[in-house]
Amino acid sequence: MRLKKNIAVSESGFIFDPTSGESFTLNPVAMDIISLLKQGKNDKEIQKSLSDLYDVDEATLEKDYFQFLFLLNSNQLLENE
Amino acid sequence: MQLTVAVSGLNNIDSPGPGIPVIRGLRESKEFDVKIIGLAYENLEPGIYMHNLVDKTYQIPYPSSGMDALLDRIAYIHAQEKLDVLIPNFDAELFPYIKSEELLKEMGIKMFLPTLDQFEERHKSNLPEFGKKYGVNIPPSKPISTISEIDRLYPEFEFPLLVKGKFYDAYIAHSPSEAKNYFTKISFKWGLPIIIQQFVKGTEVNVVALGDGNGKTIAAVPMRKQYITDKGKAWSGITLGDESMLKLTNEIIAATKWRGGMELEMIKTIDNQLFIIEINPRLPAWVYLAVGAGQNIPEALVKLALGKDVEPYENYEIGKMFIRYSYDLICDLKEFEKLSTTGEL
Repeated sequence: MRLKKNIAVSESGFIFDPTSGESFTLNPVAMDIISLLKQGKNDKEIQKSLSDLYDVDEATLEKDYFQFLFLLNSNQLLENE
Repeated sequence: MQLTVAVSGLNNIDSPGPGIPVIRGLRESKEFDVKIIGLAYENLEPGIYMHNLVDKTYQIPYPSSGMDALLDRIAYIHAQEKLDVLIPNFDAELFPYIKSEELLKEMGIKMFLPTLDQFEERHKSNLPEFGKKYGVNIPPSKPISTISEIDRLYPEFEFPLLVKGKFYDAYIAHSPSEAKNYFTKISFKWGLPIIIQQFVKGTEVNVVALGDGNGKTIAAVPMRKQYITDKGKAWSGITLGDESMLKLTNEIIAATKWRGGMELEMIKTIDNQLFIIEINPRLPAWVYLAVGAGQNIPEALVKLALGKDVEPYENYEIGKMFIRYSYDLICDLKEFEKLSTTGEL
């Protein structure tokens, strides 16, 4: 799964989906994940980057990361590669 | 170019008519310098008193007064103002204007309305046939004229379902007793038939569009309501970049050779299917969002009415929003008195 190509993400952490008209605000961690997704990184690469950036144990990081992906998917912000 | 344009739908209230947004578009035209003649049914329609937008207002008889009364009044107004174009904005008044289009044209008043066939076949009660004819998804629906028919809707329909008036109003009913309440409420206000439509779960999205009468889409802007009032009206909305909505709009305009302004009301389901739930044969009250997003649809409609060639709009700004607000106009009693006694202001 990857972030839909037409999703607009601003530097302030505001996401706008032009197809649905929905908008969302991101916290700093979510902004990091979105930024890495936009760079085309895979799950392992993203989790590695996050563990370098944040003081977090591996299990918590994995759980929170996939919860966030689930949230993105349920809001129709992801598409199949 | 100086033009005198008559516009109805000045009821800029919590369930607003399209008149004032249409006028705002015309006022922003770079091609026309317009004199706006308001056509009002009620003496408290706010647009009457918006002198920065409406130059002069005349009261006109309700469509129920008959075609002759309306045409006599329009002839009188035309004698005073020399109207170039008339833009009716209410569903209920479209039928007499469509029937009179040629007559008004002979008088020198131009309009750009759907044909009678186009107007009739997109009626709420005819939508299922419309869907079959043009290959468009329409939720199952049927017109009913007696309250007892509600008890016989199952198994053809399941609750929840929508109970709709022939012109306005729609309510979601979760049980036969709720449906009966809405039947009584709506039929009292708008008459019969009442339309029963299967509720489709999804997001309501709309398109404002303009067809040239030959199958070409001159303008089209999709929108999603962001805030909806208790009357189901958009209090805020945002333009969408949804190709599937534009494609469906172009297909409908091409197949029907739609002439004039229209609003397509759609439901987009979770699996991205589009269902048409209503086709309104006129511009909607949110048309000024399209103007703000780069497509001056009222201006293009006037150009089509004048017989000019109009290049289709190809772009609009995605993510443009509108937010309505209410505003207290302070008016002098003398103005209200003048309109109430002379029918003109």
